[in-house]
Amino acid sequence: MSAAAREMGPGEWREQTSSLGMWVFLATEVMFFGAVFLAYLYLRTQYPDAVSEASRHTHEWMGTMNTAILLTSSFSMALAVRFSQIAKRQTVQRLLWVTAALGAAFLALKLTEYTMEWHEGLVPGLHFTIARNARVTQLFFFLYFLATGVHAVHLAIGVATVLWMSWRLRKPPFPDWRADEIDVLGLYWHFVDAIWIFLYPLFYLVSLQA
Amino acid sequence: MSVIAATGQPSYLEEGFSLWSWITTRDHKRIAILYMVAITAFFFIGGAAAAMIRLELVTPRGDLVTADTYNKLFTVHGVVMVWFFLIPSIPATLGNFLIPLMIGAREVAFPRLNILSWYIYVLGGIFVIYTLIAGGVDTGWTFYTPFSTLFSNTHVVLAVMGVFVVGFSSILTGLNFIVTVHRMRAPGMTWFRMPLFVWANYATSIIMVLATPVLAMTLVLLALERVLRVGIFDPALGGDPLLFQHLFWFYSHPAVYIMVLPAMGVVSEIITCFARKRIFGYKFMCYAILGIAGFGFLVWGHHMFVSGQSMYAGMVFSALSFMVAVPSAIKVFNWTATLYKGSIAFTAPMLYALGFVGLFTVGGMTGLYLAAIALDVHLTDTYFVIAHFHYIMVGGSVMAYLGGIHYWWPKVTGRMYNEAWGRVAALIIFAGFNLTFFPQYILGYLGMPRRYHEYPPEFQVLNILSSAGASILAVGYLLPLVYLGWSLFKGPHAPPNPWDARGLEWKTSSPPPKDNFVETPAVDPVPYSYSPEVKPA
Repeated sequence: MSAAAREMGPGEWREQTSSLGMWVFLATEVMFFGAVFLAYLYLRTQYPDAVSEASRHTHEWMGTMNTAILLTSSFSMALAVRFSQIAKRQTVQRLLWVTAALGAAFLALKLTEYTMEWHEGLVPGLHFTIARNARVTQLFFFLYFLATGVHAVHLAIGVATVLWMSWRLRKPPFPDWRADEIDVLGLYWHFVDAIWIFLYPLFYLVSLQA
Repeated sequence: MSVIAATGQPSYLEEGFSLWSWITTRDHKRIAILYMVAITAFFFIGGAAAAMIRLELVTPRGDLVTADTYNKLFTVHGVVMVWFFLIPSIPATLGNFLIPLMIGAREVAFPRLNILSWYIYVLGGIFVIYTLIAGGVDTGWTFYTPFSTLFSNTHVVLAVMGVFVVGFSSILTGLNFIVTVHRMRAPGMTWFRMPLFVWANYATSIIMVLATPVLAMTLVLLALERVLRVGIFDPALGGDPLLFQHLFWFYSHPAVYIMVLPAMGVVSEIITCFARKRIFGYKFMCYAILGIAGFGFLVWGHHMFVSGQSMYAGMVFSALSFMVAVPSAIKVFNWTATLYKGSIAFTAPMLYALGFVGLFTVGGMTGLYLAAIALDVHLTDTYFVIAHFHYIMVGGSVMAYLGGIHYWWPKVTGRMYNEAWGRVAALIIFAGFNLTFFPQYILGYLGMPRRYHEYPPEFQVLNILSSAGASILAVGYLLPLVYLGWSLFKGPHAPPNPWDARGLEWKTSSPPPKDNFVETPAVDPVPYSYSPEVKPA
């Protein structure tokens, strides 16, 4: 046991350790997405008008709906974290269900959107039929599929983990360290949400620029 | 000197003898051994490729291998040595073994992630070995676009996948070390009582977790561009190859510090022990470590002086690159000052450490030549660059790695190695290294470009010297396999603290029990209390 553990007791020590681990992991994730953001920055500064025009091919209302869904899921996750601190096991379990369901709804909508984009010939390299501004539009959608795809993978992992956690809460007891796990899971969930908050304007709203 | 604990517990090596007990272990010490075995295998694969390169370069004509094979050889050499040996070398072996011991902890913060990182490393290694079997890759370790995406007909995607995968093993190792250092220190082990080896690995871990993910995404972009023919790096498609270089070097320059900072940590431990003197300027050493790690993120553009990036960017990158010399010089001066009036014992680890200081200094000074834009235009892509970074990576990191292996060998294995053979090998490696790489400085300055399997006849004498040196170096690298292997079975049993060293790792038995310490050890109020005047009463 470390010095800190002796001072604060194993529970708190464990919570701070896993939460520090998650923060460091999220720092790596920021850098992971950072490379895509840099590529986007290059494209946007190089071809400002063409990028904004390419963005018109996105399904703005679907992106907006997904933003609302994901923000709501973060709200229910935040509530779950709060209720876990006061050991309301059943409430936490239900809130995690809601969180996972909202995450799954996001993924379903995203998949529908991908299917539509496939039929519209917007998939670079595989099925791309847009003639106007072809080069930049194709690059724009290359980054779009990469960024939202990697984001979707992260979210899918999040949904699976939240479901698993919720399943483990189906029966008492509710030990203290369970709340710590949910706290760390919450960090991850909010991070995935925050990434989307950046992706949404970069890909969907940039067309609104005159 | 505090009392040595004779633990009476079975050592970590006796906790199970089956293969299963090894590959399912969560013990940081066993994971270190697993890494050691794996990276040693890759070291000799990479070394074999280097041997072929030096053999080809004995004659000016390309008469041993074809140009294509030669390209594949230096690519394999680079990919294997950088990602499968140098990056994990000290952190994943000595770091894994020693960091918990040095801070008085029983384990790392996340033992399961630790063994997972080894499996990820092995998976990445399988990709690379499969690449070799399937016919190799010829892009150079830098995978520059558009050659790697449009023109190369070799297994670029496979090799890139290997590097992508192995990156996650260093991310997990870095994450584990950061949290371990923050959370697992024994009572009394304050930040400024930590051994410099721990500081160095801590700074390295920060670089690992922040730089490696950028490389990962860059390689994904590259692989997708090659497969789909859509990409952000291809000018014909609206992209920019310079973007690739920026992203690649944003990782790969800090990666140099991933390789050399832990080496500096090892050398700091060895020099202070065998000079019997407290390390000079301990706090400055800590700040210098952090300074190098910080500056390391700001100098990547010096790899791109002739790429066509903006001249103003070049000037800023040049100035920042010069500034890395400041913390590096602080370290060299402090090692030297530690030796001053010390009572120096020229043991095998000390010979490696002293070799490190000299070779690192030469490598660092020639780095200043390359940081000067005007001179770099002349030296870019010549053997001067090759010599420079081999002085840092082989003369620096590999020397320190071997020094560390010898220094902690008694602790790791519980056996003493043969000191005379250790010294002989260290001297052979030092001599062979200089004979291999010093002529390359001259060759490069005279204009011999890197990555060609032929050269004008007037360069032959220097090339023969270099190849002769490589054969001596090979002997030097094979020797430790023999006498260290022998010591595993026949070496005398090691006492807990054969060097009379400070540091908590020496306060437990050799080899340590599974939980490292029977009782959490007491921490010295002053780190490295070797000299009598600072030793507490």
